Amino acid sequence: MSAAVEIRGVHFTYPDGRTALSGLDLRVDVGERVALLGPNGAGKTTLALHLNGINLADAGSVHIGDLPVTEAVLADIRRRVGLVFQDADDQLFMPTVAEDVAFGPANLGLRGSELAARVTEALRAVGAADLGDRAPHHLSGGERRRVALATVLAMRPDVLVLDEPTSGLDPAGHRELVEVLRSLPITQLIITHDLPFALELCARSVIVDGGRVVADAPTSDILSDEELLGRHRLALPFGFDPRMARPSR
Amino acid sequence: MHAPDGFLNVGTAVTTGAISAGAVGASLRQMRTTLRDRQVPLAGLAAAFIFAAQMVNFPVAAGTTGHLLGGALAAILLGPAAGAVVVTVVVVVQALAFADGGLTALGYNVLNMAIVTAFGGYGVFALARRLLPGTASGVVAATAVAAGLSVPLSAMAFAIEWLFGATVPVPFDTVFGAMVGVHLLIGVGEGAISAMAVGAILAARPDLVHGARDLTPGQTADRARIGLRGVTIGAVLAATVLATVVSQFTASAPDGLERVGLDQGLMAEARDHPLASGPFAEYATDGVRNEQVSLAVAGGAGVAVTLLIGLGVGAAVRDRRTHGAAGDRRPTGV
Amino acid sequence: MGAGHAHPLYVHGHSPIHHLAPEVKIAAAVAYIAAAAVTPRQAIWAFGVQAAGVAAAIAVARLGPRFVLRRLTVVVPFVAFALCIPFIASGERIDVVGLSLSREGLWGAWNVVSKATIGASVSILLAGTTEVPRLLTGLSRLRVPGTLTAIAAFMVRYLEVIAGELGRMRTAMAARGYAPRWLWQARPVATSAGALFVRSYERGERVHAAMLSRGYTGTMPDLGGRRATAREWILAAAASGVAWLVALAAITGTGA
Repeated sequence: MSAAVEIRGVHFTYPDGRTALSGLDLRVDVGERVALLGPNGAGKTTLALHLNGINLADAGSVHIGDLPVTEAVLADIRRRVGLVFQDADDQLFMPTVAEDVAFGPANLGLRGSELAARVTEALRAVGAADLGDRAPHHLSGGERRRVALATVLAMRPDVLVLDEPTSGLDPAGHRELVEVLRSLPITQLIITHDLPFALELCARSVIVDGGRVVADAPTSDILSDEELLGRHRLALPFGFDPRMARPSR
Repeated sequence: MHAPDGFLNVGTAVTTGAISAGAVGASLRQMRTTLRDRQVPLAGLAAAFIFAAQMVNFPVAAGTTGHLLGGALAAILLGPAAGAVVVTVVVVVQALAFADGGLTALGYNVLNMAIVTAFGGYGVFALARRLLPGTASGVVAATAVAAGLSVPLSAMAFAIEWLFGATVPVPFDTVFGAMVGVHLLIGVGEGAISAMAVGAILAARPDLVHGARDLTPGQTADRARIGLRGVTIGAVLAATVLATVVSQFTASAPDGLERVGLDQGLMAEARDHPLASGPFAEYATDGVRNEQVSLAVAGGAGVAVTLLIGLGVGAAVRDRRTHGAAGDRRPTGV
Repeated sequence: MGAGHAHPLYVHGHSPIHHLAPEVKIAAAVAYIAAAAVTPRQAIWAFGVQAAGVAAAIAVARLGPRFVLRRLTVVVPFVAFALCIPFIASGERIDVVGLSLSREGLWGAWNVVSKATIGASVSILLAGTTEVPRLLTGLSRLRVPGTLTAIAAFMVRYLEVIAGELGRMRTAMAARGYAPRWLWQARPVATSAGALFVRSYERGERVHAAMLSRGYTGTMPDLGGRRATAREWILAAAASGVAWLVALAAITGTGA
């Protein structure tokens, strides 16, 4: 199978001297759905920002498909990789939902009916076709999250990167999100602290700690290894047994 | 401070409108060089902050409250040009979406509340920084002085506009004395809150305070904790004395400046305006009693406001040069 | 100042005035207010006609008199100032129920009150019938620099978010018994304002990252939308034209 994302030996240090990534390697195949686990400050969000060139690696390389992430091809990279941010309020900055969904494809140069069709398609994909005229701050948490996803889907990305998509969602919103993500035939990289969510959606999980990958295995194996989870400040919810849960599809 | 429509005459509204538009245009160009492609989100969020900060009620005395105006604070945090743009946006949206302040009064409202406070306030700040030690405490103290004086500066600008554009025969001297006197006291609160806010930001993210970018980490860490009660009471006393002096001084010259203005052709533009001739002709009725004093006050105030704005503009231009050379060193990511 | 309200004045509705293109409404509002501003103060009838015009438009827009009157309180400080004018103004004095007032001052007070009231009523009509993003679209179509309107749009978008953070900080302080009475007890208020700035700025940085990740290169895309028709412009010109005719009639009438 061909790689959708290939990260080799990436190092990154912020200008204030904080080292976030120290030799991170990761390969994600086309069509795969991978959970990215790890404690706060492990470098997960920094890694996400490398995938579409918001941050550029100090050393090592990031490839999206066959394209290396460099300054020269940023526009193309940003079309291929859709980043859904942790706080939907950061993502939804336009006055109405429809304008926000149109922002990305408009930056790609789409206009008129073509642009309108993209917006409808993306909103429909997340079950939010009727929310186009609403203002972002009038949406519920679950609606906001799905619309944030639509703003990225409108660019028809090859890879979807989601940062803590379930944080702050009520159980119904959680359920709707799972269904939407499951219906999308795109490579997905999901950063999360929500282990049952990871098990439900992703066959494979990766633990990142100290700026590098420390575990990479089937999600059910990782979740069954309590000692491994504990070492990286991860824990299953009380009473949850991964062996009893239905495995992901 | 949000003057309504028709408060000053049409000539003044048009003239201040032109001045404000020019200043905002120049500030926009300046801001583009410092904030680059981050200007829309960063200035937008900063404007939301200033708007919200104006809703922060702080205690003044015996349970009464006041609130921030934020012009000098915005300039110190973002630089004078971006600060002026941000406060302009706040003032314009308040007029358009909240009907707060007249639409045809935007020229003088923007000039007084955004341009004069940002550039004048930053001018005071730059001066004070030069006199104070190069430490976090120095920056905080300079903020107190600059934000505090930005409020009476704004009142001075209003009084000078009154000289040209009064629609009522209240003498310049009375307006000047009352406006500047009252605003000196309001300035104490503005100065205190702005200074403490900047102190808190210096402690958390010193790189976000534009007016302290020259400080090294060692200098930023050098913070003296000041007895607030003593300083506040001292500032209130100083402001009261100043306010009393200002009022006394101008009270000796109860009227006459409009007349002087008319005689000297200062209001020629307004008078020549065909539509304005009716309402204006009637002001030339009062005797001139102490025109030298009035003129001196107006002249002095005008020179002070202009000088301080000039200093602020100078600082902004210096910025542009250093930025043009050094480029944007901050990361784009988070 | 703008203290105490994070919610714009917009009142949802479907009147013909709600549906007018925003650039037309802004231009008409400014022209109408300018007409009132140049109307000589002695022409009381002229202000009457102009006020009646605004009142009629407010009725068409179905904004409700109580809403408008309540919002008109923004001019109260200036009305209070205007009421002092007859006492402090110079010039010939006349006796009104035993008070010695300046004739000029009385006219001046009338002038300020009438113009401010008409201006504020028109502004309330404009803000009450036009959503803020539409107002900003209107501004940019009237050649206001796009950077300025884009900044304003972001400000409006995040105003409630930031005001919400501010509200939670205040609640947290009050919940721990903070009830300051004097300025020197204001340090926590100021510190929270500082924290609010840091949060706002950092959100700005994150929003910028979100924009970049969707292909932003420094200019906001023009998403188009319906532009004003000639008919709308004519309608607006007619509305403000009436106010100007009245103003001109008053000027020539009193000037003679």
